Amino acid sequence: MSAPEVITADNLSRRFGGLVAVEGYSLVLRAGELVGLIGPNGAGKTTAFNLLTGVIRPTSGRIRIAGEDLTGRAPNVLARHGVARTFQNIRLFSDLSVLENIMCGAHMRYGASIFPTLFQLPAFRRAERRIEQRAMEISELTGLTHLMERRAGDLSYGDQRRVEIARALASEPAALLLDEPAAGLNPSETETLVSLIRRINRQLGAAVMVVEHDMRLVMGLCQRIQVLNRGRLVADGTPAEVQNDPGVIEAYLGTRRNGGANA
Amino acid sequence: MAAARSFTGPVAGIAVLCACAVLVYGAQARLSPYLVTLLAITLINVALAVSLNISNGLAGLFSLGHPAFMTIGAYVSAVLTFPPGRKDFMLPDLPSFLMTTQLPLLPALAVAGMIGAVIAFLVGLPVLRLKGHYLAVATLGLIVIVQGLATNWSGLTRGGSGLNGIPRLTGIWWCFGFAALVVYTALRLKFSSLGRAMMATRENALAAESSGVSTYRIRMLAFVLGAFFAAIAGGLMVHLITVVTPKSYSVVLAFNLVAMVVIGGTGSITGSIVAAIALTGLSEAVRPLEEKLGLYGLSQVIVALGLILVLFFRPNGLLGSGEPRFVRRIFGGSLP
Repeated sequence: MSAPEVITADNLSRRFGGLVAVEGYSLVLRAGELVGLIGPNGAGKTTAFNLLTGVIRPTSGRIRIAGEDLTGRAPNVLARHGVARTFQNIRLFSDLSVLENIMCGAHMRYGASIFPTLFQLPAFRRAERRIEQRAMEISELTGLTHLMERRAGDLSYGDQRRVEIARALASEPAALLLDEPAAGLNPSETETLVSLIRRINRQLGAAVMVVEHDMRLVMGLCQRIQVLNRGRLVADGTPAEVQNDPGVIEAYLGTRRNGGANA
Repeated sequence: MAAARSFTGPVAGIAVLCACAVLVYGAQARLSPYLVTLLAITLINVALAVSLNISNGLAGLFSLGHPAFMTIGAYVSAVLTFPPGRKDFMLPDLPSFLMTTQLPLLPALAVAGMIGAVIAFLVGLPVLRLKGHYLAVATLGLIVIVQGLATNWSGLTRGGSGLNGIPRLTGIWWCFGFAALVVYTALRLKFSSLGRAMMATRENALAAESSGVSTYRIRMLAFVLGAFFAAIAGGLMVHLITVVTPKSYSVVLAFNLVAMVVIGGTGSITGSIVAAIALTGLSEAVRPLEEKLGLYGLSQVIVALGLILVLFFRPNGLLGSGEPRFVRRIFGGSLP
């Protein structure tokens, strides 16, 4: 278990006014891992994701990406260091084509700057060709090749989810964070998604973290599962360990009112 | 795919440029000086609308600051190109290093553009960090500030009476060259990774950030680039009509330019070109009518009505955010 640490979160807390959304959340995500983050509604899963990707700043605690402390930095800095994500409510560049959406993901890795672009220097042409090539490879991996020229906003929900994952992959992430990727998908789309996540994890070697409500999906897919309840981490272990954890059972089923189960 | 990109593009682009040049040459040879000047102003308006479309269309900002940058560019290039003899008379209080310098048009325009860009950078430094339409308010304020400075900094600007007798150094070819440069820049950007990052920022800033795009820097680039071209356009304009006052470029012009961008289609460079030509021609055509009927301001009413009608029937503007196929062919290579 000594693969390099990709994301190291240490005691992250976030308060919104008087509300404690996440408290004392820690995570060590290593290269090649597949981790699930579950919890009841309002447990703070999305807040945890937003903290890990820099979308919101922690009230306290520190985040390191590949060993470098990036606490409080902008999301694009974390993305540059290898953290890519998708959103619970899909956020595509609706007016751009699928191909352009994916190409945007590769901009920070290969995109030419202003002078090579305007003077059409060889560096610009090389960059454009490389980005297009990358986008084509990723569209093949994600099965989007036949949709490349379509406007992203016009696609079906399931296809939009895949475009979002493809765009995230184009940024060549060391860690990919998926926020409820199966939400709103039908069973066959979900199956395609699961095999895609496995392929991303195995072929590309990216660490993957999934927030998901579909228990069967999470238990079958992930090697390790974290459980959040009311902003606190109540369990962190293999699917089998987590399923038998009294804290987890309490989180999902509640406690008896007269305090019979004191977990 | 890659092979197609590297060839048809430049050749077709140069062919279109030459065709336009032939048209301008023909116009210059056949038309009256009045119409040639009108054409030159039209070309400057094309450049203005297209450069505004870089910040407002591609990057999704809402800037109204073009008149401010034009005023800055106009005064800077006018002061720099005045013969020293006339400066003694018109601007006796100029600092001595400005008193003795007289630059040719090109370097004067370059300096004007640079100063416009620097001021845009300073405005953008705080404002572009904010979310929402603060830029519109800030640039509106900038117009007022620049007008106030132009009116009251008499040593540099000769106050409210403005500068006149500015050497007429601009001609139709200057305006054509400049318009071509701005259109090329905008289209080259639009069909590049950098331009896609701008459009991504426009479409969804949070998703763009999470894809590694520094939305702040991208917005800054678009805003500064637009201001750079606007300041140069101001300099060109002032050397065409030889007069500038603090009121020459006001909020009304900001409205007209935004109307051109919106009518043509926010984000569509071709749309801005078409709308700029149409609106400039239309307001000039209405002018005799205004004078005959005493209905001054009729052209403004028509522009505003046109804007409302377009928003009603085609909310995305005439060309939406896209470009016609031949433009995509030239700049987009194999891209759809």
